[in-house]
Amino acid sequence: MTHRTMDSVRSSKGKNRRTPRSADEDANAARRTIATPGVEDLRILAADGSVDRDLDPHLDDDELLRIHRAMVLTRVFDQRMLTMQRQGQMGTFAPGAGQEATQIGQVYPLTERDWFSPSYRSFGAQIWRGWEMERLMLLWDGFFEGFAPPPGVRDLPFSIVIGSHVLPAVGVAMGMQYREEDSVMVTNFGDGALSQGVVAEGLNFAAVNQAPIVFVCENNGWAISTRVEQQCHVDPLALRGVGFGVPSIRVDGNDVLAMIVATREAIERARHGGGPTFIEAVTYRMGVHTTADDPKVYRTDDEVEAWEDRCPLRRFGIYLLGRNVTDQAGLERIQQECEAEVLAARDRFRSRAHAKPREAFDFVFADMPDELARQRQAYLEKLDRKGVE
Amino acid sequence: MPELTMVEALNRALDEAMEHDPDVLLMGEDIGVNGGVFRVTKDLQAKYGVNRVRDTPLAEAGIVGTGVGMAIAGLKPVVEIQFSGFTMQAFDQIEQNMARYHHRSRGRYPISMVLRTPYGGGIHAVEHHSESREAYWAHTPGLKVVVPSGPRNARGLLAAAIDDPDPVIFYEPKAVYRAFREEVPDTPERIPLGTAEIVRDGRDITLISYGAMMRPTREAADDLAELHGIDPEVVDLRSISPMDTDTLAASVARTGRCVIVHEGPRNCGVAAEIIARLNEEVFEYLVAPIKRITGDDIHFPYFQTEEHYLPDPDTIIEAVRETVAFDG
Repeated sequence: MTHRTMDSVRSSKGKNRRTPRSADEDANAARRTIATPGVEDLRILAADGSVDRDLDPHLDDDELLRIHRAMVLTRVFDQRMLTMQRQGQMGTFAPGAGQEATQIGQVYPLTERDWFSPSYRSFGAQIWRGWEMERLMLLWDGFFEGFAPPPGVRDLPFSIVIGSHVLPAVGVAMGMQYREEDSVMVTNFGDGALSQGVVAEGLNFAAVNQAPIVFVCENNGWAISTRVEQQCHVDPLALRGVGFGVPSIRVDGNDVLAMIVATREAIERARHGGGPTFIEAVTYRMGVHTTADDPKVYRTDDEVEAWEDRCPLRRFGIYLLGRNVTDQAGLERIQQECEAEVLAARDRFRSRAHAKPREAFDFVFADMPDELARQRQAYLEKLDRKGVE
Repeated sequence: MPELTMVEALNRALDEAMEHDPDVLLMGEDIGVNGGVFRVTKDLQAKYGVNRVRDTPLAEAGIVGTGVGMAIAGLKPVVEIQFSGFTMQAFDQIEQNMARYHHRSRGRYPISMVLRTPYGGGIHAVEHHSESREAYWAHTPGLKVVVPSGPRNARGLLAAAIDDPDPVIFYEPKAVYRAFREEVPDTPERIPLGTAEIVRDGRDITLISYGAMMRPTREAADDLAELHGIDPEVVDLRSISPMDTDTLAASVARTGRCVIVHEGPRNCGVAAEIIARLNEEVFEYLVAPIKRITGDDIHFPYFQTEEHYLPDPDTIIEAVRETVAFDG
């Protein structure tokens, strides 16, 4: 598979635009074909761990290990959360096993001055960006403080309504443009979000303003029980970006190297005034939609097993071994270290997991009106009567 | 002091805010070279450029949603929705994001943002151009809702709304846009949000209204005094949320009677909220049941019949006379 640059897949505004020599010729061409434009596919690391040497970004060993560790940590965290939820120690949440390469790859090229606006299935990317695991546990277990972005991290807390966060993300990018900051926004959403009108509006506003934003559509095959084919008639989904005049590409979302290469190119283009990019990351939700979901109702074990063969962690592990970055014992050590880290985070979460009902009125307004202050007073008195701290 | 229409006064408030603060920018449909369909943003693009007065794609959710993002980035966007009926396209972004990011981020991202939009009937417009849905926004935690009634308070309230650290829905009574002129001071003026104004002192009854309905309400008050020997006090609410309950309660405690006027539908409307508050605060002072003159619970009529929908002075006068004559 070859990788041209994404410029070559610009839609009608791209440099490869064919200029008709005459109106007649154009009309004739139109009669011959009502063409469906194509988008480029990108895969560097195949499911069996073999690598396309021409496209390998040749990251150094430390970086490769850091990436691998992040993906393993994401998987271990996800599994621990699931265990805690099944034990009644965690609220309903949205696991993301299988999507680790998509997650880490999309934020890997970001710097501290850049922004990230995730959807809710974004453990890996959030941890990479600096969200402490205990903060994410607090968030999903219903504690206010879990939603506060960590100090110094330019991230937005996610909005649960599908696709709802995309327009604010575009607005932040427009704000960076207005302030002439060279910061870039990355936002992600799932295949289901493409059915939302606000996501279409977001793509359009970004394109019209040439806003510095990268849209990462994590096509994990399913929106709860609805297949992507029922969701959107466009195949590949990356064509959706093309329709808005946004350079677009389909990437193997289980190939972290491809995700890094595509996202890095998109981020750097955005940073230098080149406008938005749409990346379709093809991946698979290995687990439940949320812990309240039972996928056996709507999909077969065979389908899930087929995707296990394309596991992003396993193929990256093979790549690391092939490059002699580490050995089998090294991989196992990373696994064990991640498990220990997650358990330590769980313990920190437990020590901080105290509901603070007295904070219920905080931050509803920056400047709280008197009438709300009076309601708060009555509420606090109610807590006093109930003996609640 | 120059005499300005409300459109001119709003234009002045925007101009003053933009002059004062480079972070203030305007976004909306046709607000640039066209100056907005009602010309509220006239000449501002020529003065401040296309980057600060931005014509947007025709998508209301997009306008509000990207405005929220601009606010997250630390700017002060003032977005225009061309008619308040179109605001429903943006309901998701107002309710889910504009009203919530400050809370959701635990104070990290205040949304200092104004959504301006013309509301209300009386200009013979097509469907979706005459609604009065301020009650929706008052129901959403995290929003402030402001409705000016004349040129001078429109300018002072808009200035305060732009300064405010919280998101403000700013409902402009389009029937008042060019209805009359009023003296507006040369120097900038700010009217604090959440404050009502007693615009006519009186002893016998309190009339409460806001926005475009202040005109028939004041006309009714003058007729009542001149023709019927009833001396009404008239309160301009100005701010729906937060609501200046103290001023309303103090007035009704003095007069013992109250009639509330608004053009939005009756069911769960602003009048219902005011009546509930007055019951809580000054029930013992009431000598008659509080009446409300409102729009009915129907879709805003096509314009050949809108005059029968909108509250008028005669209806208000009748309600006041019944309330004053009430003998429990």
